[in-house]
Amino acid sequence: MNSFTVSYLRQLESESIAILREAAAEFRNPVMLYSVGKDSSVMVRVAQKAFYPGKFPFPLMHIDTGYKFPAMYEFREAFCREIGARLIVERNERWIAQGCHPLKMGVDKCCSYLKTGALLEALTKHGFDAAFGGARREEEKSRAKERVFSLRDASGQWDPKNQRPELWELYNTRLNEGETMRVFPLSNWTEQDIWSYIKLEQIPIVPIYYARERLVVERNGILIPVMPGAAAEKEQARTVLCRFRSLGCIPCTGAIPSPAVSIDQIIGEVRAARKSERENRVIDLTSDSSMEQKKKEGYF
Amino acid sequence: MYSGEKSLLRFTTTGSVDDGKSTLIGRLLYETKSIYEDQYEAIKKTSERKGFMDVDLAYLLDGLAAEREQGITIDVAYRYFETPKRKFIIADTPGHVQYTRNMVTGASKADCAIILIDARNGVLTQSKRHGFIISLLQIPHLIVAVNKMDLVDYSQKVFNDIVEVYESYSEKLDIHDIVYIPVSALKGDNVVGKSPNMSWYDGPTLLYRLENIHVSADRNLVDFRFPVSYVIRPHLDFRGFAGKIASGTITPGEEVVILPSGKTSAVKSLTTYDGDLPQAFVPQSVVISLADEVDVSRGDMIVRKKNLPHIEKSLEAILCWMDDKPLSQADFYILKHTTRYVKASVTRIVYKIDVDTLHRRPADTFLLNDIGRVEMQTAQPLFFDPYKINHATGSFILIDPLSNRTVAAGMIRDVPRHIEDYRDDSDAEHAKTSPHVIRRDLNIPLALREKQNGHRAIVLWFTGLSGSGKSTIAMELERRLFAANCHTILLDGDHLRHGLCSDLGFAPADRKENIRRAGEVAKLFFEQGNIVLCTFISPFRRDRDSVRQLFPEGRFFEIYIRCDVTECLRRDPHGLYKKALTGTISDFTAIQSPYEAPDRPDLILDTEKTSLDQCMEFVEQYVAGFIFHDAEGVQD
Repeated sequence: MNSFTVSYLRQLESESIAILREAAAEFRNPVMLYSVGKDSSVMVRVAQKAFYPGKFPFPLMHIDTGYKFPAMYEFREAFCREIGARLIVERNERWIAQGCHPLKMGVDKCCSYLKTGALLEALTKHGFDAAFGGARREEEKSRAKERVFSLRDASGQWDPKNQRPELWELYNTRLNEGETMRVFPLSNWTEQDIWSYIKLEQIPIVPIYYARERLVVERNGILIPVMPGAAAEKEQARTVLCRFRSLGCIPCTGAIPSPAVSIDQIIGEVRAARKSERENRVIDLTSDSSMEQKKKEGYF
Repeated sequence: MYSGEKSLLRFTTTGSVDDGKSTLIGRLLYETKSIYEDQYEAIKKTSERKGFMDVDLAYLLDGLAAEREQGITIDVAYRYFETPKRKFIIADTPGHVQYTRNMVTGASKADCAIILIDARNGVLTQSKRHGFIISLLQIPHLIVAVNKMDLVDYSQKVFNDIVEVYESYSEKLDIHDIVYIPVSALKGDNVVGKSPNMSWYDGPTLLYRLENIHVSADRNLVDFRFPVSYVIRPHLDFRGFAGKIASGTITPGEEVVILPSGKTSAVKSLTTYDGDLPQAFVPQSVVISLADEVDVSRGDMIVRKKNLPHIEKSLEAILCWMDDKPLSQADFYILKHTTRYVKASVTRIVYKIDVDTLHRRPADTFLLNDIGRVEMQTAQPLFFDPYKINHATGSFILIDPLSNRTVAAGMIRDVPRHIEDYRDDSDAEHAKTSPHVIRRDLNIPLALREKQNGHRAIVLWFTGLSGSGKSTIAMELERRLFAANCHTILLDGDHLRHGLCSDLGFAPADRKENIRRAGEVAKLFFEQGNIVLCTFISPFRRDRDSVRQLFPEGRFFEIYIRCDVTECLRRDPHGLYKKALTGTISDFTAIQSPYEAPDRPDLILDTEKTSLDQCMEFVEQYVAGFIFHDAEGVQD
C-alpha cells in the first residue's frame, strides 16, 4: 500500500518533535527562546505539532535589545496573539537606559550586555532550567560542533572542549545544581530546509525577509538600513532593492541586494547563494572565533 | 525538484591523521557548491595569518579555536550538503587514537561510513580499528576510499593490494556492503567525476555511490516499538501518548500491549497536527490514543501483542567507555534506554576487546576508549531487542550519577543466559516478566530442553540460488554439529517437495506456501530444542521474512549463500540450469523467475570467492557462538 518512506523534511520534523517532547518531559521549567525570525517561526510550528492536540507546555521568551526592526515588533505581537502563546519579553533596561550601542561600545560588548547578559539574567529570574533555541549547526562553524542538548554551567557558560558525547537519539538531560540546558531542536536543519518548510507549512514570517527598495548605507561591504539610531549621518545613503536574509538588531544587520518578493524566489536565491546566511551579521565578523567566544559566555 | 522530497543519507568519515579526510570533505563540499564565499574568505584569512601558501580546507571543518590552534580535530563536526538527488549530513569524526569516543558518537546515527586509507601507507592498524567500530555499531554500508592515488601514479596494483588486505580483514567483521574506490581528494579523481587517470577502475565515483546507496531497506519495519515520550491530555475527552516510532508500523484497530504493565488494548487513533493517520511507521512522531482507559506513562512502551521485545532486568552488552573515570563495578550508573532512565550496574566484565588485534582479554575495568563485553543488571526491567535487529531499542547510554556525564555507550547483544540459569516456566515471576508465547504453551519448556541438550535451539535458514552450495554447506555443518553432540535436523527443499509439499508447484503462490510449511515444520523442531538447518532457495524476501517472524528474536539466522548465477550455471550439479535454459523446466529461479537477495542477512557466505573449507570454518564458529552463547560478530 505504500513504501513506508517519509520525505527528508518530514524526517527532520519528526526528529525535532521528539527532541521537544523529551525536553518538555524531563525539565521542570523549560522556555522557548523566540527571536521573531524565520527559525523561531519554524521552531514554534514544530512545537505546536509536538504537543497537538494540546498546547505546547512552555512560554516563549524574547530577549529584546530595543534595536529590533519595527516590523519585527509588529509581527511578534500579532503572531503570539494569533497562536495564543504566552510571551515573555525581557530587556536589559539598565544598559538600554545608559544608551548601550554598538557604535559607541563596540559590537562585542553591546551584544554581551544587551543579549547574553539579558538572556542569562532572564533565565535566572524565571528559574528556567532549559531553553530551546533555534540555532542550527549549518549556520556557523562553532555551532557545527554543538550538541542538541548542550550543557551550560552555573554561570551560563559553554565548554566546547568538554561536551557530553551524544549518541543515537538518546539525550542525557540530567543537570547538576545550578546548571541549565540549551536545547536546539533544529540542529540538523539548513537554511534551505527552513525555507522549504516555511513554504510547505505556509508559516507566517516577518515581511522584511522580502525585497523592496530601502534606504541603506554601505559599511565594510554590508548594507545597513538607515533608521533612527542606526546609520551615522555623515555616511552616504542610497536606495537599493534589497531584503534581509537573517534578522537581528538594526545597527548590526545588513541587507543583501535581492529582487526576491516571494517564498519561491527566496528558495531559488538561497539555493544559488554563494555566501552564507550570516554574511550580513556584523556581530560574526569581529574575529575568526566571534561566535564561539559569544557562545562560551552564554549566547544563544 | 522540490527539495523536501529528496532522500537523506547520514554518513560519517574517518581516517588517520594525514589521510586527507578534510581535503576529501572539502572537495565534496566544493564540487557540490556547498562552500560559501564568505566562509572561504574567513578560512583564507586564517591560512594567510598562519603563513600557509594554500587555503587549508581543514579550517573549514575545525570549528573551535583550540582546534585551529593545534591543527587537530577535537570534536565531531556536522556538515550539510545536497545534490539534486539527495541531502547529506556528514558527521566528521577525528581519527586520533584518543578520540575513539568521538568516532562512536559520530557513527552512531550513520547509514554509511567512509574510511580513508592513504595509498602510500596501505592498511594501517587505525584503518582496521575504524572498520571494527563501524562493525560494532552495525553501520550497514561502508566505503573504503583509497586516497592519494595521484602520489602512487594511479597504480592499479597498489589499489588492488590494499583491497586484498582490507578484504581479508573485513571478513572477520560484520559488515556486508563494502565498496572500494580509488580517489585523489586533492586532484578530484573519482570524487565527483570519473577519473581519466584510472581507466582500469570501472566502479562508481564516491559521490555516485553516496547518492545511490539504498537505505530504506536498512530500517526495521517488522517489530513495532513505541516508547512513550510524553502524555498529552488537553481535555477530558482526549488522552494520547506521544512518541517517535522506533521501529515497525501500526494501524488503528491493532491490538497492543503496554509494557511493563502487560495491559492490552487496541489503537484507537494515530493523531497528528496534520490530521489522523491511517497508518504510521518508523521514524514518524505521532500521538497514539487507545480504545481503553489503561494506565500509560512516560517510559512505557507500546508494542504489538504478538511481537514482544525482551523484558528483562539483566542484559549482555558491548560497552564503549567514554569517560576519564574508569568503569566501577561497585558503583551504580543511570542507564538511559529509549525514553527511560533506570539504575543499573555492571555485574561482570566478560572481556575487553583489543581493537588492534580483535583479541579478547580478561579485564577488571574499562578505561577511556576501551571496548568490551559486560553483563548488567537493572533496577527495573528494560524492554529491548538485540542491537543487531533494532538499533533504537538495542542501544543505551550510561550516566555517572555524580557528575551526570555520559560515560558509556552500550549495544545490547542479548539476555545473558548461562545454561545453569535457565528457569522453569512455573517460576511465576519469570512468567510475568517474560510473557513469551513459546515459553508458555509448550508442555516441556524450551529452556528445560535446552538445559538437557547442553545447547540453545536455533534455526539456520540457508537461502541462495540452485547450485550456490546451500546443501553442501548445511550437510557438512550438520555433521560437525552432530559430532559435537548437538541435536540437529536438516530440512531440505527437495525432500519436502517429495513428501509434505508434493502438491505444490513453482508459481509464486506455491513457493510461498512451500516456504510457509517449511517454516512451520522448522518451528516444531525448534520447539523441541533442535538446531534446525533449512536449505531452501526461498527466492522471495517476504516469504523468508514471514518465516523469521515465527521465531523469537535472536533465534533465527538468515544465511545467504552468495554465488553469481553464471558460476551456478557453470557448476549446474543436477543439470537443472541446462533444462531451464532449454525450456524443459519452467519457473526456474534466476532463469525465468527472480531471486531477491536478502537485505539484511545474518551471515553471508560467498562460495564464489571463498573456499568450502573457509566457509565451513567461518559458519561453524559463527553458529558455535550462538548455540554455546559466546560470540561477537568478530572472531578471535
